[in-house]
Amino acid sequence: MRAPLATAVAIAIGLVVLVGYFVPGLAMIRSAILGVGVILVGVATLVGVLNLIAVHWRKVRSTTNRDFYSPFLILAFIITLVAGFVMGGPSNPGFQRVITAIQVPVETSLMAILSFSLAYASLRLLQRRKGFMSITFVISAVVFLIIGSGFLPDSQSIPLIGSVVSFLNQLPMAGSRGILFGVALGGLTTGLRILIGADRPYSG
Amino acid sequence: MGCLSPNAGMPGGQHFVRFLFAWGGIALISLQSIIGLVILVLTVGMIIIFSSFKRLQAPGYLRPIPAFQQLRRALGLAVENGKRLHVTLGNASIINNNNTSALAGLSTLERVAQMSMISDRPPLATSGDGTLAILSQDTLRAAYRTGNALEQYDPDQGRLGGITPFSYIAGTLPVIHNKEISSHILVGNFGPEVAFLSEAANQEEAFCLAASDSLPAQAVLFASAQEPLIGEELYAIPAYLQAGPAHQASIRAQDVLRWILVAALLGGAILEIIGGILGIKLI
Repeated sequence: MRAPLATAVAIAIGLVVLVGYFVPGLAMIRSAILGVGVILVGVATLVGVLNLIAVHWRKVRSTTNRDFYSPFLILAFIITLVAGFVMGGPSNPGFQRVITAIQVPVETSLMAILSFSLAYASLRLLQRRKGFMSITFVISAVVFLIIGSGFLPDSQSIPLIGSVVSFLNQLPMAGSRGILFGVALGGLTTGLRILIGADRPYSG
Repeated sequence: MGCLSPNAGMPGGQHFVRFLFAWGGIALISLQSIIGLVILVLTVGMIIIFSSFKRLQAPGYLRPIPAFQQLRRALGLAVENGKRLHVTLGNASIINNNNTSALAGLSTLERVAQMSMISDRPPLATSGDGTLAILSQDTLRAAYRTGNALEQYDPDQGRLGGITPFSYIAGTLPVIHNKEISSHILVGNFGPEVAFLSEAANQEEAFCLAASDSLPAQAVLFASAQEPLIGEELYAIPAYLQAGPAHQASIRAQDVLRWILVAALLGGAILEIIGGILGIKLI
């Protein structure tokens, strides 16, 4: 058996946390374990960031696999880190204002590009994947774009159209619930596989 | 439905039950929790029972899904052509409720690493969360250790792309544009920004299988990815890659649970209609 000790610890902790959701008497133990988990996640994020910097540092120093963007990443990281220390930490309003002033415009611009990219991808979908599902997808996207854009503002008051629009508005909800049921069942079995030790995303 | 609370009018039997549970430091369990526990026990039982049936583990037993046939072909071609595979695991933290897709992604990564072990270019994993980055390194290490090829393992194969959704995408895009990588597997929790990754894969004419538990991501991936997976198909990837009997058993258990759910929904609807006709509330 692979990593018996790690598996035993993972199963035991997992069982206590799971049972804690159902049995109110174990809620305190569950909270304590999750508290430790949150701290570990924070440490893991730090390790992940250090790993990211290490990978890009190696790329900067590499003669064969050099990346144009790696020096910029390292530079931005150092500037942000120094600014964070100098300005009194991430909760400082001035530091937050500076970070937000850089991050929000960049992310908004990316979202704008994304909308064009998606419109183009939708048009190309019919070329790339011909079939009933693709046609249905594109038609439904157009229909719900029209309904959602407020193009038919008083449609609810028109007798027949109002009923049709109301019915159409129910469809995405029904469809998404169906998909989410499937996702929930998949998530349940994935979690339980780990809990019984049949699946181990750790080497121990 | 909340928990049964202690009150003066409680019957003697309930007092006794409450005493029994309280003795073990456990308060009374609500009906909702009991149903939840029954479903959990039922699912675990089904996974264990179905895992022991050899017939259910035959490769032809699962319904054919073209995306998985393409994935196996892409894996084979990557190994044959000396190209690298890339698995990206999304940005769900391990302590979030929506991390199960990333866990399925880790199983996929392990299986992909095992299947491409004969290649001299090991797979690469990127993620948008520190815990996932560490788990991806650990998963790769476990795969190589199991295959007695630990010398092939490099911690840089499991790396963090970025810790916010857009920085993760920005950090992963250079990997997608890497000419040494021929196939990309996008499995995990993403936002609509994942379209940047699938579009980049299209530009590079690389194979791209994409699956997410998030509805907006599924919608954009359906339009932009070469082989999108919808809904619970995400959780079937390890089973279709023959990751082990427990994965195939999970698919069977999901099927049974789905039928139970369908029966419950239909039963509820019928009872609601009957109740409406009779003028009484049945559920």
